[in-house]
Amino acid sequence: MATNRQAAASTNPWRAPILFAILAILFVLEGTVRNSMFSGSWNTSLAILNMGLLSAITALGVNMQWGYAGLFNVGVVGFLAMGALAPVLVSLPPVEGAWAAGGTRLLLALAVGVGTLAMAKLAWTRTRSGILTALVLIGGFVAYRWLFDPAVIAIEANNPARHGNIGGLGLPVLLSWVVGGVFAAAAAWAIGKVALGLRSDYLAIATLGIGEIIVAVMKNEDWLARGVKNITSIPRPVAQEVALQRNPEFVDFAASWGFPAAEASGIWVKLSYMSLFLVVLLVIILLAELALKSPWGRMMRAIRDNETAAEAMGKDVTRRHLQVFILGSAVVGVAGAMMVTLDGLLAPTSYNPLRYTFLIWVMVIVGGSGNNWGAVLGAVTIWFLWIKAEVWGPALIAMLTGPMADGPVKAHLLDSAPHMRFIAMGAVLLLVLRFAPRGLLPEK
Amino acid sequence: MDFLNALVVFLNFVFIPAAAYGAQLALGALGVTLIYGILRFSNFAHGDTMAFGTGIVILLTWGLQSLGISAGPLPTALIALPFGIALTALLVLGTDRAVYKFYRRQKAAPIILVMASVGVMFVMNGLTRILIGVDEIRFDDGARFIIAVRDFREMTGLEEGLALRSTQALTVGVALIVMVALFWFLNRTKSGKAMRAYSDNEDLALLSGIDPERVVRLTWIIAAALATIAGTLYGLDKSFKAFNYFQILLPIFAAAIVGGLGNPLGAIAGGFLVAFSEVAVTYPWVKVVGYLAPWYEPGGLMQLLGTEYKFAVSFVILIVVLLFRPTGLFRGKSV
Repeated sequence: MATNRQAAASTNPWRAPILFAILAILFVLEGTVRNSMFSGSWNTSLAILNMGLLSAITALGVNMQWGYAGLFNVGVVGFLAMGALAPVLVSLPPVEGAWAAGGTRLLLALAVGVGTLAMAKLAWTRTRSGILTALVLIGGFVAYRWLFDPAVIAIEANNPARHGNIGGLGLPVLLSWVVGGVFAAAAAWAIGKVALGLRSDYLAIATLGIGEIIVAVMKNEDWLARGVKNITSIPRPVAQEVALQRNPEFVDFAASWGFPAAEASGIWVKLSYMSLFLVVLLVIILLAELALKSPWGRMMRAIRDNETAAEAMGKDVTRRHLQVFILGSAVVGVAGAMMVTLDGLLAPTSYNPLRYTFLIWVMVIVGGSGNNWGAVLGAVTIWFLWIKAEVWGPALIAMLTGPMADGPVKAHLLDSAPHMRFIAMGAVLLLVLRFAPRGLLPEK
Repeated sequence: MDFLNALVVFLNFVFIPAAAYGAQLALGALGVTLIYGILRFSNFAHGDTMAFGTGIVILLTWGLQSLGISAGPLPTALIALPFGIALTALLVLGTDRAVYKFYRRQKAAPIILVMASVGVMFVMNGLTRILIGVDEIRFDDGARFIIAVRDFREMTGLEEGLALRSTQALTVGVALIVMVALFWFLNRTKSGKAMRAYSDNEDLALLSGIDPERVVRLTWIIAAALATIAGTLYGLDKSFKAFNYFQILLPIFAAAIVGGLGNPLGAIAGGFLVAFSEVAVTYPWVKVVGYLAPWYEPGGLMQLLGTEYKFAVSFVILIVVLLFRPTGLFRGKSV
């Protein structure tokens, strides 16, 4: 790719503040004005903002991969899901009897599985004998299943109505955010090791695969996170609404601002989440900006803009790509862990690639690839529009079809309004890619 | 006798379904590989092109059925198929004009085209949802079985039955005809030769007076035809559900890469390889083993991997190929 994506002339320095201000006004309108376009509820407004901030963190991770290095990750949903496992495995209270039922055997099985892969790799690099490698793999697989199957049956039989899973470690939920990043980074290492250094399309296809498989594992491995039976009651790092409503001090405090206690408690909880998310977001942006301005960042951009030249300067392109791919995925994993913490619920069926991979991509491209603030702006804006399109879309269709005679065609169009979101998002992606490829906030 | 029973079980549950699925994958992978060969990018919108084409075919089938037109023992969808292909080709040519042509002119990096194809995928997905909804639709009519289980049992006196659904036979038959026609076109006609020349060496092809836009148009039309046929056959064989066509993208890519991107023969081989491994790995072998080795008590289903993980099979194949032979078994292109 010999395309220089940096701005030729310096752009207006007020551009970013103005765009962020417009976005802020939209959220204030959503919180205060009640009409056909806005809900007038601070709870709704803050809920959109919180999810928007999490999307922003995800977009930052994707932006590291795409904006810094030109890597196309089509498995964002998988890395989010990988991160989402962390709160379940780290911060849920331990399930009684699960470890005794088969925990050790399970760990042993997983160790055998990983060991088999390592042995196979060793066998292949040392001897280059396909037969030996295949034998190692087959033997390892048999041993793995022999250990794994009884352990899983035992764990899933343990109080299946309420648990049937291995349970967590009972550690603080904030720690699990970091662990989520580590989980996603591990998956990224495995996939990057294989697919990087080959044709650029291959990484896209391989990540598409790993994304689907991670979600499939989450749906079907009941011992891990109860599969489609969902995990509820993930510990939360902030106060409970009910506890706040029972607290007379808080009720007085809310009354002094003119809010009923029920509404105020919701707003309080959302504000607490928001401050947590903002801290994480700002730390990641700070680190990302520092990295981008360091010699490392210049090297990454040099590699992205001209791989051949960078290689001639002695840079190990594949290694650098692997590095940035792992870093970006780790950030996505952190966001995944934060998402389940916000929801308090892990529902594997909700991990839909259209929503969690491709929508994130629209955010990154619209915001301005290569610019961290752009990714944040794009993420929050697109998320706001995506949520509001649920209300605005049908209204728009109703307005457009107003003059039409009532009939099956009109009814069909009105029914299919929710699907318009997909067309709109695709169209936005295509239009931005074509007419403003540097996005709302171009790379500096 | 036990051996014959085992064979029948194998044919019924592994060979026939895998052959039909393989033919569908092969047709899909042919489309992906042709686009890769000529336009040099992996088309992520191919699955949704299949869904869109199938959606049109279903609508036309309903129209024909309401007019009382049917194809006798064959599914009515076969009559609707050519019109479905024509409409899908129009849409695909339209997207080429509106989207891809610009990047081709710019000589943009392949990954930008991949990304544009993701945008197209979104739009097509939405179009399909508006056109036909997200529900599961069965649209096969005509004769259901060529060989029914009971007839087969009575005919042979075996314990196990064999069913050959007409959609399965139809899938393999149509796929064979399409493949032969495609290879005849690529190898014997002037346009087909122009396409191959363009795929081999763009500059040399331009030098010898081949019109690149014509080659690109032809490619899109053929890809649309392959996608619509593959999608319709898949829908007839299983059922139509828009999201399944997004998921089938991974096995299709795996098939195309295993065979070597840009190599049509490889795409066919890859399609069958992926399909047979997928079915073989997720099939519970206990019944077959029970006939072949009655003394052995497996104490399980003898299933290597649950059916939920069938996509993992294509993925593992993909990884193995990327690790050991990134250009594919049949030596595809490397850009």
